[in-house]
Amino acid sequence: MNLLRTAVLLAKKDLYSELKTKQILVTQIIFAALVIVVFSFAFDPANNTTKAVIPGVIWVIIVFAGILGLNRSFISEQRNDTMQGLLAAPMEAASIYLGKFLANFMMILVVEIISIPFLFLLFDFKFLGSLPYFLIVIFLGSFGFVAIGTFLAALAANSKSSEMLLPLLLFPITTPILIGVVQATRIILTNMEKLASALAWIQLITAYDVIFFVVCFLLIDYVLEV
Amino acid sequence: MIEIKKLTKQADNKLILRGIDLSILKGETVAILGPNGAGKSTLLKVLASLIKPTAGSVKINGLELKKNQLEIKRMLGYLPHSSLLYDHYSPLENLVFFGNIYGATEVEQRAVRLVKEVGLSFFLNEPVKNFSRGMIQRIAIARAIIHEPEVLLLDEPHTGLDQGAISILNNVILSMKGKKTTTLMVTHDFKQAAEICDRIIIMKNGRIADDFYIENQNIGFVSKKYQLQVEGAS
Amino acid sequence: MSMNLKREKTALPVIPTESAGSANLSNLLFGATVVSMLVSLYFIFIYAAEEKTMYAAQKIFYFHVSSAWLAFMAFFVTFLFSILFLIKRKRIYDTYAYVSAEIGVVFTIIVLTTGPIWARSAWNTWWVWEPRLITTLILFFIYIAYIMIRQMDGVWDKKARLAAVFGIIGFADVPIVFFAIRWWQTKFHPIVFGEGPSQKGGGIEDTMLVALLVTITAFTILYSYLLRKGVSFEKMRLSVDQHKEKLRAKMGE
Repeated sequence: MNLLRTAVLLAKKDLYSELKTKQILVTQIIFAALVIVVFSFAFDPANNTTKAVIPGVIWVIIVFAGILGLNRSFISEQRNDTMQGLLAAPMEAASIYLGKFLANFMMILVVEIISIPFLFLLFDFKFLGSLPYFLIVIFLGSFGFVAIGTFLAALAANSKSSEMLLPLLLFPITTPILIGVVQATRIILTNMEKLASALAWIQLITAYDVIFFVVCFLLIDYVLEV
Repeated sequence: MIEIKKLTKQADNKLILRGIDLSILKGETVAILGPNGAGKSTLLKVLASLIKPTAGSVKINGLELKKNQLEIKRMLGYLPHSSLLYDHYSPLENLVFFGNIYGATEVEQRAVRLVKEVGLSFFLNEPVKNFSRGMIQRIAIARAIIHEPEVLLLDEPHTGLDQGAISILNNVILSMKGKKTTTLMVTHDFKQAAEICDRIIIMKNGRIADDFYIENQNIGFVSKKYQLQVEGAS
Repeated sequence: MSMNLKREKTALPVIPTESAGSANLSNLLFGATVVSMLVSLYFIFIYAAEEKTMYAAQKIFYFHVSSAWLAFMAFFVTFLFSILFLIKRKRIYDTYAYVSAEIGVVFTIIVLTTGPIWARSAWNTWWVWEPRLITTLILFFIYIAYIMIRQMDGVWDKKARLAAVFGIIGFADVPIVFFAIRWWQTKFHPIVFGEGPSQKGGGIEDTMLVALLVTITAFTILYSYLLRKGVSFEKMRLSVDQHKEKLRAKMGE
């Protein structure tokens, strides 16, 4: 129980500090908006075929905006060596991981809630698919991405150039989840007849989430060990 | 209180600690002196379980450090060179956060009282990032004792403090001593060491070179011993 | 003169005998590699039947598959030694994991270059987005990342620990990557062994199978030789470092 309690305390601390400074969240949202604008240059929003790339664009936004937040999540603990403070405190490494995960996950959800409607609006995308399924896919996809992302951010934070290292570590490892969520999102947004196939993808994502959440939980001790 | 046996630490072929045997009783205030690179900070970090020793055993309050990390960490208050404070947080928020992590009770009242004790109650709700070095150091010591630790590990707590701040800090340490807190303090400041400590350990090259008790705040005695061990030998 | 030599020998009695033993093993492995490679060349170019449509170009298939086998095996070895390292914390396990990953990266590059050559003559295109190819590519990226973790600055045991963690995560990821991509699209690769869901064109002639197995054996021996050699290089580097450190300590005193 101590594990959960301290994790929640840490997540609260991160979110509250974010509420005060609004550095990361604002950067993430502006970045997401910029990605949307760049995509509108690359793919003409007036063109109907553009609708086909929307599911991909959603995940490009989440992944790139997410990486900004993940990068900061452990780097921010290096100022004044607060990471040492956490490690010297009576909390398990798993608890630090869980706390950071919760904070990152909340933040990416906020980014999604703001940027996805914005994307639909700008690209004049009519939502025809099933909203609950869409939310499930977004939720599960973000969960897996942030779970492994937080873990690898903790790992990369040991490097001096962790901002550059993290994407190199994260993208190959998250390939399955990225393939899965883009496929599932595409089916749900544009082609609801193939729902069975989307459900299969959702199962794959869920399996990935579970496996990697557990593996990260077990291995984080070795990453945060001093 | 603290039992260290044959403690060694090796990093990249370099022996930082070469077999430390040390036992410290409850309520003692111990100063660790020694030249740079003697392994003083490393010893504190091992005690704070921030560094894994290569060999040897450490027992705190009868508990093996390796096996009872959480219990031991709860008993320790650790203050390294850096402040361990969150810049955007006020002293109160910092103290409350760490107090809660340590599972202390009545954190808020205690935090307010501690900030007052270190003479910064006027800045209770200001973000720490605007503070001067001395103010940060005072909040940092308050942070280290927010959960009423039984063992206090201080790494050069007096650096960068002016005379007033030093006396505030010494008062805090002495009041902790009154509560039977064991204090280990790495320092270069003989005067402070002689003033508040009742035992001096001199470290050199990863070993304990000398270990003695002092009385009557005899600073001359300390520097004589130190010169004999460190400067005389080299 | 001879006196001097004798004294030197007695001064360092342990190290030379040890390295002599390992040198013997290295030589043995080297010999075995050369012989088995020659044998496999015979099997590939003379014994095995020529493919009907691709003729000699098909021969690269043996190297391609064997390199892929070697690469995956190398990464599996990295995975095993990473786990061993995290449990036992012996430096030698870390060295094995690292050297094996390096060999793996080299052979992944060979796979990724021979693949397009084969693809060009088999499917008339250099690169196809096909499960095994993409999996190999992702695997390549994962192990490049693994090597980048090793290049971080810091003490060795931290780097070794982090790399071991990543080695485990990376290897655990590979099968999932493969399944995800396979689901995503299956179009081109002939499924050589066993039955494929959509592609029945597979199957392999007996002589070819023999040649392939011989080549795989040869590559496995090559791998163990390279691993052995690489580890002994790493060991030498370490002991040079240690001697340097000792010398420095002596001069310091």
